[in-house]
Amino acid sequence: MAYILQQAVNALQLGSIYALIALGYNMVYGVLSLVNFAHGDVFMIGAFIAFFASTLLKLSFVPTMLFSMFGCALLGVAIERIAYRPLRRAPKLSVVITALGVGLFMENMVLGIIGPWRKSLPPLLPEHVFNVGEVRISSLQLIIIGVSIALMAILEFIVGKTKQGIAMRAISFDRFTVPLMGVPENQIISLTFAIGSALAAAGALLFSLAYPLIEPTMGMMVGWKAFIAAVLGGIGSVRGAMAGAFLLGLIEIAAGATFPSRLRDLIAFAIVWIILMIRPTGLFGVARREAV
Amino acid sequence: MLKKIAILTMVLVCTLFAACKPAAPPVPYGGVLKVGINAEITGTIPTVGEACVVGAEIARDELNEAGITIGEHTYKIELVIEDNENKPEVAAAAAKKLVTEDKVLIHIGANASKNAIPCGGVCNDLECPMISPWSTNPYTTMRRPWVFRVPFIDSFQAGVNAWFAMTEFGAKKAAVLFDIGSDALYFQGHFFKRAFEALGGEVVAFETWTTGDKDVTAQLTKIKESGAEVLYLPAYYDEVATYVPQAVRLGLPEAGITIIGHDGWESPDLIPLCGDACDGLYFTTHWAEDIAGAKAKAFIEEFRKRTGKTPESTGGLTYDALYLFVEALKNCGKLTGDLAEDRKCIRDGLAAIKAFEGVTGTMTPTEEGDMIKDVQIVKIDVKEGKFKYYKTVSAAEYEAALAAAGTSVEELMK
Repeated sequence: MAYILQQAVNALQLGSIYALIALGYNMVYGVLSLVNFAHGDVFMIGAFIAFFASTLLKLSFVPTMLFSMFGCALLGVAIERIAYRPLRRAPKLSVVITALGVGLFMENMVLGIIGPWRKSLPPLLPEHVFNVGEVRISSLQLIIIGVSIALMAILEFIVGKTKQGIAMRAISFDRFTVPLMGVPENQIISLTFAIGSALAAAGALLFSLAYPLIEPTMGMMVGWKAFIAAVLGGIGSVRGAMAGAFLLGLIEIAAGATFPSRLRDLIAFAIVWIILMIRPTGLFGVARREAV
Repeated sequence: MLKKIAILTMVLVCTLFAACKPAAPPVPYGGVLKVGINAEITGTIPTVGEACVVGAEIARDELNEAGITIGEHTYKIELVIEDNENKPEVAAAAAKKLVTEDKVLIHIGANASKNAIPCGGVCNDLECPMISPWSTNPYTTMRRPWVFRVPFIDSFQAGVNAWFAMTEFGAKKAAVLFDIGSDALYFQGHFFKRAFEALGGEVVAFETWTTGDKDVTAQLTKIKESGAEVLYLPAYYDEVATYVPQAVRLGLPEAGITIIGHDGWESPDLIPLCGDACDGLYFTTHWAEDIAGAKAKAFIEEFRKRTGKTPESTGGLTYDALYLFVEALKNCGKLTGDLAEDRKCIRDGLAAIKAFEGVTGTMTPTEEGDMIKDVQIVKIDVKEGKFKYYKTVSAAEYEAALAAAGTSVEELMK
């Protein structure tokens, strides 16, 4: 029993981090119908900004998080302006390739500036371990789960209750008609990128505290897993991103805990595949009819 | 008329050329011996690549100052350095470039076995001698007459780890956590299991991660439940720094599980990246600074002067690789200037070496191109920021232990 609870805590931690990144994918897909493959690398840059904030500027946990969230928000808006806006009316494939290119550019830029040396974040949070029965929960895990849920709650509020949030949902519903109603399309899209990137930066800081090594290609694997989580939950849906992420975290940990761990990825993604076959639009996704 | 003048001019020119032919034969390769270095300069284990390159440069500078006299000519070494990004495909492509385009006399590298194994294939097929400074996986040299190495092999190292776990900690139950995507680590995980079981123990948890994974909490939780007394973690230093803190956080040390590692742990970056989580853990490696002889100490000082860091084994092993190359040249005796012939001569020269004293210790070559050497066990001391020498295990001691348990190295390799 304690074993299952312990694994559940592990799954919650993993799922929280996936969720913060998956949200970025889903929000951008919602407004632009674009899978932003550079998002994983925005996550990576968030980790490096946090590294500089905590080592050079010697900021503590909360200032570091705010600093890197702000930095990544700017980065996300810049990427959208420079790389995606000129291609707003271009064929989908061009934008996807551009996204991949932007990602590679960022990876190699960091590699060129910082070099290949692995870096580690200083311990920004004191670690205490709580023993609940036989289950060990570290304060770090609690903070990761707590901060993620708090951020997601804030996001729910923004998307559900504010004017900008409603505008975001409207644009994702119908991209061409809604701007004719007076909704400032470009502003809302920039805001979407800003929020998505800021969340990725928060995820990056938490991730780097849990798994201390940061390096230029760290965004790749996590980015892919988060993207899969986003699709699993229903690409384009904010609720879907959260659900899909926790589900993927659960499947991965459960597969690793029950079966021999060399089969873990095989089984985890087989399950993902089966879910998508049964429900191709993902858990919360909406089937859309494309009318020409 | 014009035709006659043309023919006369041509004959004159040809005679002039014949008269200008030098009397003495030229120095082969213009006196410059090209040595290819295939190292992990960028990628996930850059300290390995840096140690390799600097180790080679130190050797090159020493050798060039003295000059290398083979037969009647004196030569200098020129290093041709390629970055393999710690990726097998790039390593193989770099090997091909060094052998075919740069026309090196010998290929030194790669270091991580997952890169060295494909390089070995390329060099063996293209008939260029190769020495790997750091690869410990047996398959790098197996059935490849052109490929040699400087360190011991994993059928020795992983076996020593199993024996150490049993004798040092009295462990009867062990767990293994290794990378299913990396040749070297996969082999070490499996071989440790075989050796530990042959010595009378039980492997109660045999878990894996896939290259690039960051989270191993599920596997570590399973290992904690298994009742293991020792966890063998063959991983590269960057992975160690990511996984050991997770193990400590989940309470593996409190549950009585000691974590031990292999030579992939050794790096000047390990303690800065891993921090207190790694304090007091043991791993097997090629040398230990505390017991270094005069030659090794001089090398370590020179390395520190050039980079400000303590060299990891790869540095000393690459330095020894260069000196092994020169030993092979001396055995060869004479270079002809014909690349294929000289490569064969160097290859035979390497095979003819009977014993060698390098900065990484005394080594005896085997027929397969491997080296028999002692394993050093070191302990991580975070407060002093270094790896402290703990114990030496020789091949003879290890083989005796296997024999006492009723098995042998050949048995375990089956």
